[in-house]
Amino acid sequence: MNCKSVLMLGSALALAGLPALAGGRGTDGELRITFPQATSTLNPYLSSGTKDVYAASMVLEPLAGFDENGAVYARLVTEVPSLENGGISADYKTITWKIIPGLKWSDGSAFTAADVVFTGDYCRASDSGCAQAFKFDGIDKIEAVDDLTVKITFTAPKANPFNAFVGSQTPIIQKAQFANCMGAAAAACTEQNFAPIGTGPFRVTGFTVNDLVQYEANPEYRDPAKPEFATAIIKGGGDSIASARQVLETGEFDYAWNTQINPDLQAQMLAAGKGQFIMGFGTNTERLELNLTDPSPDLAEGERSTAKFPNPRLSDVRVRRALSMAIDRTALNDIGYGAGGVPNCNVVPAPAFYASDNTGCLTQDIEGAKKLLEEAGWVDSNGDGVREKDGMPLKLLFQTTNNPVRQDFQALIKGWWAEIGVETELKVIDPGVFFGGDPASPDTAEKFYADVEMHANNFDGTDPEAYLAALTTDKAPRPETNWIGTNYNRFANPEYDALSVKLAQTFDMNERAAIAKQMNDMITKDGMVTLPLILRGNLSAISNTLGGVKVNAWDSELWNVADWYRMK
Amino acid sequence: MLTYALRRLLLAIPTLLLISLIIFLMVDLAPGSPMSEIPRSIPPEARQKMIEALGADQPVLVRYLLWLRQFFLIEPAYLIDGWFGTSLGGGAQRILSWQSRAPVFDVIGQRLGQTMTVIGAGYVIAVLIAVPIGVYSAYRHYSWFDQVGTFIAMIGYSVPTFFTGVLLIVIFAVNLGWFPSYYDTSLTVTDFATFKRQVWQMALPVTVLALFHAAEISRYTRSSMLDNLGQDYVRTARAKGLLEPQVVLKHALRNSLIPVVTVLALGMPSIFGGSIIVEQVFKVNGIGAALIGAIVANDLPMVQTLTFIFAVLIVVFNLVADLLYGMLDPRIRYE
Amino acid sequence: MSEPVSETVGKPVSETVSETGHGLFSDRPRSPWADVLRQFRSHGGAVAGVVILGLLVLAVVVGPFLWRLDPAFIAPKATDMFKMRNLAPSLAHPFGTDQLGRDQLARMLAGGRVSLAVGFVAMLISLFIGTTVGVLAGYVRWLDGPLMRLTDLFLALPLLPLLLVMVMLFRDALASVLGPEAGAFLLIVGAIGLTSWMQAARIVRGDVLALKEREFVLAARSIGTPPHLIVLHHILPNVISPIMVAATLGFASAIITESALSFLGLGFPPDFPTWGRLLFEGVEYMQADPNRVLFPGVAISLTVLSINYIGDGLRDALDPRLRRR
Repeated sequence: MNCKSVLMLGSALALAGLPALAGGRGTDGELRITFPQATSTLNPYLSSGTKDVYAASMVLEPLAGFDENGAVYARLVTEVPSLENGGISADYKTITWKIIPGLKWSDGSAFTAADVVFTGDYCRASDSGCAQAFKFDGIDKIEAVDDLTVKITFTAPKANPFNAFVGSQTPIIQKAQFANCMGAAAAACTEQNFAPIGTGPFRVTGFTVNDLVQYEANPEYRDPAKPEFATAIIKGGGDSIASARQVLETGEFDYAWNTQINPDLQAQMLAAGKGQFIMGFGTNTERLELNLTDPSPDLAEGERSTAKFPNPRLSDVRVRRALSMAIDRTALNDIGYGAGGVPNCNVVPAPAFYASDNTGCLTQDIEGAKKLLEEAGWVDSNGDGVREKDGMPLKLLFQTTNNPVRQDFQALIKGWWAEIGVETELKVIDPGVFFGGDPASPDTAEKFYADVEMHANNFDGTDPEAYLAALTTDKAPRPETNWIGTNYNRFANPEYDALSVKLAQTFDMNERAAIAKQMNDMITKDGMVTLPLILRGNLSAISNTLGGVKVNAWDSELWNVADWYRMK
Repeated sequence: MLTYALRRLLLAIPTLLLISLIIFLMVDLAPGSPMSEIPRSIPPEARQKMIEALGADQPVLVRYLLWLRQFFLIEPAYLIDGWFGTSLGGGAQRILSWQSRAPVFDVIGQRLGQTMTVIGAGYVIAVLIAVPIGVYSAYRHYSWFDQVGTFIAMIGYSVPTFFTGVLLIVIFAVNLGWFPSYYDTSLTVTDFATFKRQVWQMALPVTVLALFHAAEISRYTRSSMLDNLGQDYVRTARAKGLLEPQVVLKHALRNSLIPVVTVLALGMPSIFGGSIIVEQVFKVNGIGAALIGAIVANDLPMVQTLTFIFAVLIVVFNLVADLLYGMLDPRIRYE
Repeated sequence: MSEPVSETVGKPVSETVSETGHGLFSDRPRSPWADVLRQFRSHGGAVAGVVILGLLVLAVVVGPFLWRLDPAFIAPKATDMFKMRNLAPSLAHPFGTDQLGRDQLARMLAGGRVSLAVGFVAMLISLFIGTTVGVLAGYVRWLDGPLMRLTDLFLALPLLPLLLVMVMLFRDALASVLGPEAGAFLLIVGAIGLTSWMQAARIVRGDVLALKEREFVLAARSIGTPPHLIVLHHILPNVISPIMVAATLGFASAIITESALSFLGLGFPPDFPTWGRLLFEGVEYMQADPNRVLFPGVAISLTVLSINYIGDGLRDALDPRLRRR
């Protein structure tokens, strides 16, 4: 416990730090962290923004977390419940957590099962607008069996019970502090939301909204030798480049989260020799979504981009496949992400257990794409470089959000598609509008008034069930749903819908993986509805003087901040 | 003059109410959602619930009236409570930011200091540089001083702050390491050492702002001075045998100040409003950063409150400018 | 300080004027506009401004026909593209290439067309509205209140939501009537013009308030000159210098604002270069390749400088006091 081992960071990055002797709690001065987006609140139940969840994770802890490999590990409990140890019942309907005896909140009071039950009630209360309510879906009741035992009962058998209280999004808050903040009162509890009492290695000493969080070591933390830093700050604001610069070039900070910058800049900043980039790969996939319905502005509002009118160009899978074949994903990655990304063909790229062995899209094949288009009847009959069929040119509208890497991708893809005789019109949208889902705006991802749109999406935790279910027929955004829905492509395949239902009812892990892979392939290599491009890593920058960091893509990047120390 | 000022102030109230309504409707109409920044993995139904909890699904007029009540009745009550320890507020709901759920006025209070310090210093320095340069440039029309001044001013204005800010950081913070590249808002000045740190961290953002504003102000000063130096009264003053400094600084400058006063009156509210780009580049996190952050996150209560305070300041400072015109040139009469 | 101001202000200029002027115009009747032209041509800075601006306009209009590389061309084969990236200036690429291997000279030429057009038209719209509102508010007493409150409203409106609303309401409608490019152009110049006239209006109004009480205006009024002629002949020529300053500054900010608009989805397609956007994108690559910011920065500054000198020249030429001598 008192002796740290040599650290392994990221994939190939090993920091050449010598194992330092532990100095004990509060001996290493200040830990300085910077975020390009500033923290708005320290209560993750009121805001699910990553910047807020991460800042809160220094203070608040869940019962169990995800480690760097995505495996569940115990934090406030003695062991992770399983079928073997009886923590998960044989019918998959209950899960029982056993809390570590003697655990204390940072104010010195005892941590009990009542706090856990309260946290569940707090988020499940109506009108609370709890940002993590979906994590509690399917829970019938949460009870305290005794002071140290919590039992969660589900309404139906649950294949993956590790949702509520697992991971930094659903940590335990203190009942005594938040007792008067239930339901609609939650929002007005500014004092509590900005300085929650937790069990984590630090406690909040100061918070200025959207600017700065200040912490000090929690005197009641369960490991008396940790954390080694006496104080910590998280300064927010600016942009990714500035944050990376402040760690790697000026050395003003020790750690910068979300320093997604282009490979040229990465190389330039590394040259200063003050630090390193670390990257964790989760499931965040940059992809092209293809619209299977007709987005033509000639159609009436309410019929545009709806299932009534199939897309006259993209309905043919051969056209979609040709578009995919024309793209050089490796070149995209080298231009836009470098070490921060991997070319990718799957919508479920990880965990390895669930990922299909689909790599067919990685080689660009311009000639093959041309042939395929010809087969599909698209030929350039008038010699203008653009293919036609029945007098209709093969012309696409390609939209995405405003972001330098995405604009480079747009330009590159437009060039490749021009090579195979597809003309592309590019469009950029403000991200607030694109992701805002405002049904009055024509520019949302849901409305999809374009043929192609580029964005990134991922799933939460390690189980892809809900994520894959987002593409079932009934989830297509349309006027009847007020343009709410997650199936942007308007993908409609009864076989896929049936598999989605089957996945939810399957408990055998190997069988689940097989179904998930089958669904992944239906969307990607067989159906070509979504064209995955890059698996994006979480790129962060750390100073050479910071030790103990283990990058984690499945939970808060600050998950093991208790183990961080200053290298001497 | 006093009755004029009073009348204008009274008239300002309905004007401001109308402005607040227009702003509210416009911000509400703008596409986007307060949930646009949360992770994509959160299902749409959950988003909808969160929007309902914010009250963002209420009809727009209901929300506007609620905001009016909060702004004009509840917030002043809390302000008085804060001063005198009374309890007029009585636990009524204050204006809460949708983004952070913090009372909007607390956020403004936290941020006003750094915005006024940095942006204010930038503006004051700009005026102190620009007015003398403008006057002297006009006095020595087409001299080398004028030419160089014109050149620098034009470049200062045509090169945007998003560029000069990063340029100064790269040169002075990264390569030379003389100044910090960001603004530490937690620094409080208690002794000489902290004062020095404060000056050091203000140096770069203030330079960027001063360069930009000085360019603008000096151009207006110069052109106005040029107009006046050619006037008959200047010749008369000279003919009377007045000394040059007296002619230039007392007669010509006074009459040249009208456009300068206008520009300054237009600039004053922005000392409160902050500078979006400079605050972002240097992580000053003042009012400007709060406004742009709130706009991006569709935080309507925050946007509305900030914009409305801004509108009040604009109306007030434009009134001040009008009154100053009357003082600078007594021939200008209002009624 | 002892030498009289009038010498430095006017003398060298007026001397050259009378000499060249007599040679050129002696056998023709002297119209006031010929005088203006004559005075303008004697202003060294103004002539230089016209020449430089003319060259810039010529370059962006004719340039793309001479320098025939496609500004959007990216080598389709990735290996070629990587060889073409971030090249320093050379004969093949006098301004170098960008991060995707696109020719920077071609992009500057294409970008200049848009930037100059947007800058001019937006500046004209903003000046027209600003001057009209300013003169009316300053001269017509009963219009002062309403027009200035309108100005206050526009000053207070937050720009970003306003622009987003404009996109939402007008983009598709304009595009369907005028076609996507003309629609985008109109929307951009309209958006910039409509949101940047307030300063000019306030300044012009301030000057008009003072001017209308001056003796020469009172004199004109007392001999029965109708108000619109007073405004046209006496007021406007005397507010020309602040208008010129506003024009110069307005042009610079229009070019920069345009680049910001593109990011909101309000502007031209993302692969369509403009000077403002080239500068913005270049900031990211500034340390590795200073040319990325140097060329667009210099182009914008040169344009603004030449407009400034042309404005100075016009101001001097329109000033009857200078012309009389």
